[in-house]
Amino acid sequence: MNTHRYFPHTPQDITRMLDRCGATALSDLWADIPEELRLKHPYDIPAGLSEDSLRAYFDALMSDVKPLVCFAGNGFYDHYTPAVIQDIARRSEFLTAYTPYQPEISQGTLQYIFEYQSMICELTGLDVANASLYDGSTATAEAMLMCVAAARKRNRVLLSATVNDATRAVVATYARYHGINLDIIPETDLGVTDLEAMKKMLDKGDVAGAIFASPNRHGIIEDFTGVADALHSSKSLMALNTHASALGLLHTPAEWGADIAIGEAQSLGMPVNFGGPGLGYMAVTKALMRKMPGRVVGATTDANGQRVFVLTLQAREQHIRREKATSNICSNQGLMTLWAAAYLALMGAEGLAEVNRLSHNGACALRKALSDTGKVKDAFPGQPILNEFEVETIGIDADAVIKAGIEQGILAGVKTDDNRLLIAVTERRTPEQINRLVNLFKSL
Amino acid sequence: MIKYLPTHEYINVVDNDTALVGVSAYAARQLGNVVYVEAPEADEEFSAGEAFGAIESVKAASDLFAPLDMVIIEANDQVLDNSRLINEDALANWIVKVKILDPSQLDSLMDQDTYDAHCAAEH
Amino acid sequence: MNRTFYSSLIMDLSRAGRRGYALDDHGFENDNSIPGHLLRDSAPILPQVDEPTLVRHYTNLSTNNFGVDTGFYPLGSCTMKYNPKINEEIASDRRIAALHPCQPAETVQGALRAYDRLQHLLSEIGGMTRFTLNPYAGAHGELTGLMIIHAYHDDHGDLKRTRVIVPDSAHGTNPASAAVAGYSIVEVKSRHDGTIDPEDLKSKLDDTIAAVMMTNPNTVGMFEKNIPEIARMAHEAGALMYYDGANLNPMLGVARPGDMGFDVMHINLHKTFSTPHGGGGPGAGPVGVRAGLEKYLPCPRVDFNTVSGMYEVVTDDKNSMGHISSWLGNYTVELKALAYILSLGGQGLAQAGPLAILNANYIKDSLSDLYLLPIEGRCKHEFVFDGLKDKSTGVTTLHVAKRLLDHGFHAPTIYFPLLFHESLMIEPTETESPETLDRFIAVMREIALEAANDPDKVKDAPLYTPVRHPDDTEAAVNPRLNYRSL
Repeated sequence: MNTHRYFPHTPQDITRMLDRCGATALSDLWADIPEELRLKHPYDIPAGLSEDSLRAYFDALMSDVKPLVCFAGNGFYDHYTPAVIQDIARRSEFLTAYTPYQPEISQGTLQYIFEYQSMICELTGLDVANASLYDGSTATAEAMLMCVAAARKRNRVLLSATVNDATRAVVATYARYHGINLDIIPETDLGVTDLEAMKKMLDKGDVAGAIFASPNRHGIIEDFTGVADALHSSKSLMALNTHASALGLLHTPAEWGADIAIGEAQSLGMPVNFGGPGLGYMAVTKALMRKMPGRVVGATTDANGQRVFVLTLQAREQHIRREKATSNICSNQGLMTLWAAAYLALMGAEGLAEVNRLSHNGACALRKALSDTGKVKDAFPGQPILNEFEVETIGIDADAVIKAGIEQGILAGVKTDDNRLLIAVTERRTPEQINRLVNLFKSL
Repeated sequence: MIKYLPTHEYINVVDNDTALVGVSAYAARQLGNVVYVEAPEADEEFSAGEAFGAIESVKAASDLFAPLDMVIIEANDQVLDNSRLINEDALANWIVKVKILDPSQLDSLMDQDTYDAHCAAEH
Repeated sequence: MNRTFYSSLIMDLSRAGRRGYALDDHGFENDNSIPGHLLRDSAPILPQVDEPTLVRHYTNLSTNNFGVDTGFYPLGSCTMKYNPKINEEIASDRRIAALHPCQPAETVQGALRAYDRLQHLLSEIGGMTRFTLNPYAGAHGELTGLMIIHAYHDDHGDLKRTRVIVPDSAHGTNPASAAVAGYSIVEVKSRHDGTIDPEDLKSKLDDTIAAVMMTNPNTVGMFEKNIPEIARMAHEAGALMYYDGANLNPMLGVARPGDMGFDVMHINLHKTFSTPHGGGGPGAGPVGVRAGLEKYLPCPRVDFNTVSGMYEVVTDDKNSMGHISSWLGNYTVELKALAYILSLGGQGLAQAGPLAILNANYIKDSLSDLYLLPIEGRCKHEFVFDGLKDKSTGVTTLHVAKRLLDHGFHAPTIYFPLLFHESLMIEPTETESPETLDRFIAVMREIALEAANDPDKVKDAPLYTPVRHPDDTEAAVNPRLNYRSL
């Protein structure tokens, strides 16, 4: 047989190798598989494609995708992606490596994860960060599992209604099957967590932890004054979800007194990539270090006295604890932590602040201009926002706005209700693009 | 009097209702270098068989189970700060001091000979 | 692997005032409406570096790493095959990079078609009816699959099924995933040949068992011949059969889990379908189900509307097990797997499994005179040695693994499965040439001889790697997990 270009074997090789194994045909090697279980007919899959045909196939698919100027956010933001990161992340020593179980030949991976962990600690203000989780929503679910594991005899977790929809849905899924009693903290008319209601929910002293978000699902920056104290006095943990870029500007989870910080880190220079891969981050207080799920990289010393890095605190990991594990995650988002570390190093604190400032200024300018059109009103007037806000359309459906936008090459936002849109602005949006969106509303 | 659980915890009874609970020397050898011990705070109550803490080495982690119904009097801070002491002398370096709630439960635990046989069989 | 060790951290290269970015200021009015108490008290301390410094740092750092492109990676159960370059080119298309997950379905038909195409191809290969591509990794796929099983039993009002059967040879993720999905574990023992004892299984099957989790070939590389009988017994007891797809690679072109009687399965795209491991991720763990279970698959889901001729994204369905991801999974990873399958085609795929099996048997039969083979017979994609045959030297599996590093090979998987004390698990994959295998075999033989003649040398391995014997205990006793702690 002529083998595919990815397989080195010539017919002569195969004959020689079979001979070593005392076999005459390849099928001798699976003679132990009962006849009735073997593949009955060739796969119903067409013949292999050349590279040019593959390119043509995908080019045709991607021609059936409409590029739009992006005013959508909802957890994934269209920030600037430095060219050098893609180039570094494509280096095959990073790309084609396995999990760094052999530290002697994996210092590249271990070291960039250590850099990433260090930077996540700086952003969140917390003591320790893990080597990452899959995405912001699963990281939030892991925070819930961790609250329950840390509290031992408590099985109730509170989740603010202002956490974004996708994240709430994932957390609810984990809670349902794991058997956690998940209660939703209602939101006020002002679009923020009802903290008085939250405090009442602590009355029974059975809450393992409570999960909040800021900026929340309406784009509002929430004020958590007094929240950590209320939770801690009832021996409950506080977890706060923030998309990572925002941490460069906002009061940090540590400053609010949170025990756990989680969220989506796609906003650290990763393309929106139709939703993935993103990056879930998690950082915790020192007290919770050994309850934190996922991999962790730590520094140590080798036989030559060099500072080196290893995977550590591994005994907590699922592959050792098996059914006693409190999380089943046994990988991380690997290469995306390199992406985040390289981005944060290129931008520095100043660059990150500038990204936030420019995005914020653009969003505020748009928020005001849209209100001035008379076609929408602010859903939560006066509430502080970072780079995203919600509007209520007047006399027109959100669907109609989205549809009209598509015709003009604009993704006007994310529909959150029949007459509501969530609109995000990043530093990439130009005055010309913002004017186009304003004019779109005016034309309706 | 020292008694053992099949899961390798010992209970060293120091007077009628007070005892020291730790892991056996055999368990410490099996674990290798102990790097971390987790113990509950004073006044927490546990029933027999319930997990009250955890012990970790580089390669393994396991829960610590209560030998009988007990209330924590104190945890051994010296051991929590320097868990390798357990490898040096597991009996001297107990993990928690407890108040025994039901001394009759001691009868159902293994004595030294039974425990030694249990370890020999396990290996 | 004998080269200088690059040990700088990016923080070490930071100098105040350097910057690596340029942003356009679009001149919007400065807005100071965020109240001060909602802002950070102080700026984070992040590195300050210029672009060339950063590029050189990460380039140098990469030379400390070993990847599939560097050399042979005989890592059992991990399927470290070649990661084709064309897949990377396709997945980094700028049109995909710019596609927001909330873009309405009518504007992303091509992207949804790619998702659906891969879903169909995986169904054909797995012998299943439908796949979700949303799970982010193999373990995440296991969790999703078990939640689907949970939803199925719940839907049938069968609420007393609270336990899952897992063989003692299973991947450690199996029991952990079952526990997170809310199940307790019942372990079945392996027989001498590493396969499940149907009688032992039978005695443990009752109306409290939700599922039986298995991988086939199992973790010692042996095909479970009794699988039809096992599946029949499980189904008679009302349990579902879960297939852990970590070992799917040798089944390409040979057999399909669906035909073996499995109801639910996951596939590791980063193993069988060549997407890079990336030092730990991002991966993908699609989950497939047989007919009758499709409605329990997670949302969001991509449906084809035959009336409109358009793909739709279904975000909510009362039958669905729920949401397991924010969007449609690690999408660009899915594109790489799709490119791989289309590149191989039906015929190429059917070569992959047989050649993977050939490579594994070739190594096994070339070394079994010096290494202890606890389970005789034809292996599939991988096999396990129980250390060196000669136990008198004191040279362990760990020493052999570390000595391999000196010779430019990655280590095999060691001390797994837990069935043997000195497990050394080797999986070569189909993309390794006979010359590479011969070199590996020669080195393994040399190490066996060395163990007899100069055991202390092997015990001291690795001798020539830039990093040697990192102190794991120090790392765990006194955790230093970020730059501030150094």
